[in-house]
Amino acid sequence: MLGKLSWSAVPINEPIDMIASCLMILAIVGILIGITVKGHWPYLWREWLTSVDHKRIGVMYCLLAMVMLLRGFTDAIMMRAQQAFAVGGAQGYLPAEHYDQVFSAHGTIMIFFVAMPFIVGLMNFAVPLQLGVRDVAFPTLNSISLWLAASGALLVNISLVIGNFARTGWFAYPPLSELRFSPDVGVDYYLWALQISGVGTLLGGVNLVTTILKLRAPGMSYMRMPMFCWTALASNLLIVAAFPVLTAAFAMLLLDRYLGFHFFTVGHGGNMMMYVNLFWVWGHPEVYILILPPFGVFSEVTATFSGKPLFGYRSMVAATLAICVLSFMVWLHHFFTMGAGANVNAVFGIVSMVIAVPTGVKIFNWLFTMYGGRVRFAVPILWTIGFMITFAIGGATGVLLAIPPVDFIVHDTVFLIAHFHNVIIAGVLFGAFAGYNYWFPKAFGFTLDEGWGKAAFWCWLIGFYLAFMPLYWLGLEGMPRRMQHYQEVGWQPWLMVAGAGAVVILAGIACQIIQLAVSIRTRDRRRDTTGDPWNGRTLEWATPSPPPMWNFAELPQVEGEDAFWQMKQLARDGKLRAAVPPAYRAIEMPKNSPTGFITAFFAVVTGFALIWHIWWMAGLGLLGAFATTLVFAWRDVAEAEIPAEVVAQFYEAHPVETLR
Amino acid sequence: MTTAIAVSHGGHGVPPIPSMEGPAPKRIVVSFGFWIFLLSDIVMFSAIFATYAVLARATAGGPTGAQLFHLTTVGVETTCLLLSTFTCGLMSLAINLGRRGATYLGGAVTFLLGAVFLTLEIREFAAMFAEGATPQRSAFLSGFFTLVGCHGLHVAIGLIWLTVMMVQVASKGFSPFVHHRLLCFSLFWHALDIIWVALFSIVYLMGAR
Repeated sequence: MLGKLSWSAVPINEPIDMIASCLMILAIVGILIGITVKGHWPYLWREWLTSVDHKRIGVMYCLLAMVMLLRGFTDAIMMRAQQAFAVGGAQGYLPAEHYDQVFSAHGTIMIFFVAMPFIVGLMNFAVPLQLGVRDVAFPTLNSISLWLAASGALLVNISLVIGNFARTGWFAYPPLSELRFSPDVGVDYYLWALQISGVGTLLGGVNLVTTILKLRAPGMSYMRMPMFCWTALASNLLIVAAFPVLTAAFAMLLLDRYLGFHFFTVGHGGNMMMYVNLFWVWGHPEVYILILPPFGVFSEVTATFSGKPLFGYRSMVAATLAICVLSFMVWLHHFFTMGAGANVNAVFGIVSMVIAVPTGVKIFNWLFTMYGGRVRFAVPILWTIGFMITFAIGGATGVLLAIPPVDFIVHDTVFLIAHFHNVIIAGVLFGAFAGYNYWFPKAFGFTLDEGWGKAAFWCWLIGFYLAFMPLYWLGLEGMPRRMQHYQEVGWQPWLMVAGAGAVVILAGIACQIIQLAVSIRTRDRRRDTTGDPWNGRTLEWATPSPPPMWNFAELPQVEGEDAFWQMKQLARDGKLRAAVPPAYRAIEMPKNSPTGFITAFFAVVTGFALIWHIWWMAGLGLLGAFATTLVFAWRDVAEAEIPAEVVAQFYEAHPVETLR
Repeated sequence: MTTAIAVSHGGHGVPPIPSMEGPAPKRIVVSFGFWIFLLSDIVMFSAIFATYAVLARATAGGPTGAQLFHLTTVGVETTCLLLSTFTCGLMSLAINLGRRGATYLGGAVTFLLGAVFLTLEIREFAAMFAEGATPQRSAFLSGFFTLVGCHGLHVAIGLIWLTVMMVQVASKGFSPFVHHRLLCFSLFWHALDIIWVALFSIVYLMGAR
């Protein structure tokens, strides 16, 4: 009746697991009770859970990422604590089988449920506004994408309480991840959580590609799009081209595990390296899926806070697309040690190094944008400068790793760990935080506190260097990654420094939480009444903060790059002909729909049932999802009209000063 | 935005650049988006194709393609599928003319041909299972059943979709929604054909030798 599920799946005998589970359950129950007591459910359901507004969906994506960041960081600091003390005779506090789950969950969560939702959230929020349109191409599909991502995150968190997570590392290489060597549900949690959220990501990618290529304000040709839209386009093209490969690879591993197929097994002709190849055919583009949108954020931030147009816009576009194409030609550098031979390794090594060229172009463009500009050192640009310096180091060690003979020496050591945290934390996360501070006033109508924001930045920056520079050294010393325990006493001081770095990063996270709390409490003093708190250049700043559901009453007519900057110049010179009094028209907007939320509910049910082999429940879940689709397909009215008076009232209440 | 911005366009006689014309109509957006989705589906197939190509000789002492494949059956399957694409095209013409009867007829024939294809494929699989050539036998057979089965699954989903669409035409007529979905369906059906052509050539024609 319940498949493999029984009471023994609850980790009663593991105190750390139990404490973590209880805390998580208490937190969730506390939040649910709080919402119920305050009677917020109707509001939440109406305005957020069923919303198909790209801005709200973007905000919810970012919220998901921030919550999961806390979970992923908890794993990180547990590992740092373990390695700081588990030397020689001391075994630390985490048994090996638990430690293995911790590092697997850390990687999986940070990539799929922190970095991905954060950048997808920023793109969802900002891209339609920057393009000067009212929503994405498929608003309901957008909501489905969000809730599927949340479903995957939920399944990973359920694994903490019921059963266990994978012990295979975040890429679950076979044969270790095959049924024979991982017979419990850990790998199944990993696979189904990522399959479900992966479908969401793919649909989101389709949505944004279509939006950027087919829905832009009149006059906005490709070469007038803001840089963030270009990087979003490149990133989403990569999602469309790369995620199906991951889906296929995971599907094959699932067939191996559930039906006894022999894709990657030992024996019967299975070929485990096929999985490794497929995984990285997705995995390498994935790192550019993650880093390109932050590159876009940095471009917007540098131009805005330097008060200058982006230097070398065209070369930036070219560099972005070059990275987009090259990212598909380097996957083998993740396993030079496979033994493909010197020639194959050389080709992939050289292409990997070549990627540093367009990336270098970008760094120089940002530097030249700042050069001669009047730079305002607000929080977003601090993250940007921290990124440029730190990322350059990460890029240099990346070029080092791209040399096959060097890679053979440091392969699978903590040198690699230091490298990819160097580019992902200093690149993706810093970019996400820059974007968060940059667009927060647009999303909520008030700015974030500068003081706490700067404190958070410095803690993160210093904490990062403390935590990861020692790992470069230890990697060169030959310390393998993923060690629950080690004998080499000489490594311990470095690992203690790394542990201290994690504590400093913790302080950074605390500063961010305080920053948010303080900003919310003092929001009345920090209202953005102009809609343009940073003296911005792109169209999102032409709307009031927060923008109305319809973004623009009239789609703006774009006359060049930096469309909003141009409008402001024209307005200053008195050349902008404003229609006085403005004539508002009724606006058709997509109606809210619970389809996404309900689909995700059935996705969780199906995923959970498949993980525990509860076949009837899986059948019911699929049936429910199909029924939801049918109900959605049978609706007749997808859009609701917002009357002209409502639009007019809104703008009377929220005048946009800059365009008056 | 309070201001309707109307800065005059300079340069009379300059042809408008298509990328500057503002948002595309819904019909274009829907079919374009669906094309992008289909491309992603084709990428997924290409990953399975690549795996099959690597594992095609990994028979682990079990039966090979040459022993298992019967080109006559597969030829009939191919004919059915290609013909169903033709009838699907005729259905699209009927939809554009707004003729319900012809649409039902086109849909029915398409469904029938697709169902025959699927039945033949299932019988082919059943015969292989009876010979002990199951996906658990070897990596080659795992790849074969996954690749061909994944295409078959797509055809099955297409048949369900087609049925739903015929019910929608009956209950809602050719509303814009129904119109867009039928457009997407025909794109989907043609894409399955493209995949089958690759599948037929690589798996069956090359494998039967």
